[in-house]
Amino acid sequence: MSTNNLAEQTSAFETINGVGTVDLSVQTVRDLNQALHDQHDDMTIEKWDVLNPKGHHNLAVGVNQKLKIDIHGPAGYYCAGMNQEAEITIHGHTGQGVAENMMSGLVRVKGNASSAAGATAHGGLLVIEGDAGSRCGISMKGVDILVKGSVGHMSCFMGQAGVLAVCGDAGEALGDSLYEAHIYVKGSVKSLGADCIEKEMRAEHIEELTELFERAGVTDQDPRDFKRYGSARQLYNFKVDNAGAY
Amino acid sequence: MCGIVGLYLKNDKYESEIGKLFAPMLIAMTERGPDSAGFAVYGDAVEDGIKLTLRHEDENYDWAALAKDIETALDTKVNWFQNSKVAVFKVGVDAEKVEDYLEQNHDDVLVMSSGKSIEILKEVGLPERIVDMFKLGDMKGSHIIGHTRMATESAVTMAGSHPFSTGLDLCLVHNGSFSNHNRLRKELQREGIEFDTENDTEVAAGYLTYRLQQGDSLNEALENALKTLDGFYTLTIGTKDGFAVVRDPIACKPAVIAETDDYVAMASEYQALTTLPGIEDAKVWEPEPARIYVWERNGN
Repeated sequence: MSTNNLAEQTSAFETINGVGTVDLSVQTVRDLNQALHDQHDDMTIEKWDVLNPKGHHNLAVGVNQKLKIDIHGPAGYYCAGMNQEAEITIHGHTGQGVAENMMSGLVRVKGNASSAAGATAHGGLLVIEGDAGSRCGISMKGVDILVKGSVGHMSCFMGQAGVLAVCGDAGEALGDSLYEAHIYVKGSVKSLGADCIEKEMRAEHIEELTELFERAGVTDQDPRDFKRYGSARQLYNFKVDNAGAY
Repeated sequence: MCGIVGLYLKNDKYESEIGKLFAPMLIAMTERGPDSAGFAVYGDAVEDGIKLTLRHEDENYDWAALAKDIETALDTKVNWFQNSKVAVFKVGVDAEKVEDYLEQNHDDVLVMSSGKSIEILKEVGLPERIVDMFKLGDMKGSHIIGHTRMATESAVTMAGSHPFSTGLDLCLVHNGSFSNHNRLRKELQREGIEFDTENDTEVAAGYLTYRLQQGDSLNEALENALKTLDGFYTLTIGTKDGFAVVRDPIACKPAVIAETDDYVAMASEYQALTTLPGIEDAKVWEPEPARIYVWERNGN
């Protein structure tokens, strides 16, 4: 089987019971991503299995079709980055930047994620069933992120839009320099970042979390156990009192 | 960039094949550090006296003659073997005596490491070349830490590559860079610490040596390092009985740890751990920032 001859792209994977199967102990990451991208214009195979990922970087990056992709093992950096529409499940841990800049679709990490999970993502849903490292949801721009474990320091830094819900604890400087992202944490928060404050949990927020849990398939959480954090809006607008600082 | 890998065995199950397990870990980090590589292996300990890793640039250097000189001059017994450009000398006196003798009589011989069990081996080139050169695959021992270098702060030389010795049976590998190394080097030089290169990691190593000389425990020395070293870093410190891992408080430099009943392994990237036995069922996590992790057989 060819691993890198572009003329034989279609042989870079096997189809087993209608499921496109790419074994990374034989094929390359380039083979995998090309096979997934080839489904963009004309989807012939909806389901994909990725075998032996062994921490490779850049798996299933830039997918823009309603594919269902299962990565059977741990992934390296930037897995599922820039995802549009696909449903990608990582049956293992992921390195930094999982689902970074996601536009739409669903990325689910069964294990732990390293730093910068969901960084700058515009849309879609990222579910991390374990813990996330530092800077989870940094500069998020509309993605919804649900972490069943805890998140590290500087999470949701400069978060602009979307929801970060954490069922465990949050590390230092949560929501530093926050814009309009909504943060919900069930456990403790080590410290809040600049301009991030605790806010009242109103009916619409219970509703927002209930809807997020439903979409994420989470049934063991009660939205009323969560606290809400948001921007005090003192930092991101120009204030004439601060003019001397420029 | 740079890559760090460490493997510490919790029991003797894999001691006879630690080199074989570790070699693919080091090679897996080639993309993070293709210009030089090195490792410190702990094993084959001496009970009395000292074990030194010595190096000479001439591959045909007469190590037998040097051994004889030391035996005569210091009235002691020397056991030795050669491994490429280095030779491991086991000498029946304390480290200081041998090092002083070498400095005064054979200053072309470099002392790479000294202790009861440590051997430091490093060289410029691709990690695979270093693995072959020093026959890492055949090595036995209780733990190894290694480094693949992509130089940023100083030249690509053997002396600038890692690990750096920080005292008896102690060494340091580093991924990242320090921004206050020039001032700190000067301060340490005033305290009598000597430096061979312009390398920033050597300053961190020198700082740990200094703190330990001042009576700090390893834990205290690392706590002081967290306060004093300015920059971004993941450090792994090899000790006689195990190793320690520390990341700076911002933790931009990667690190992942895997633990099973038989070993603790750390690496800059998970890819370096995939060849370890039982890795599929290992506990895998990212070490927290500014937290000192220590694994030692006689400690925790």
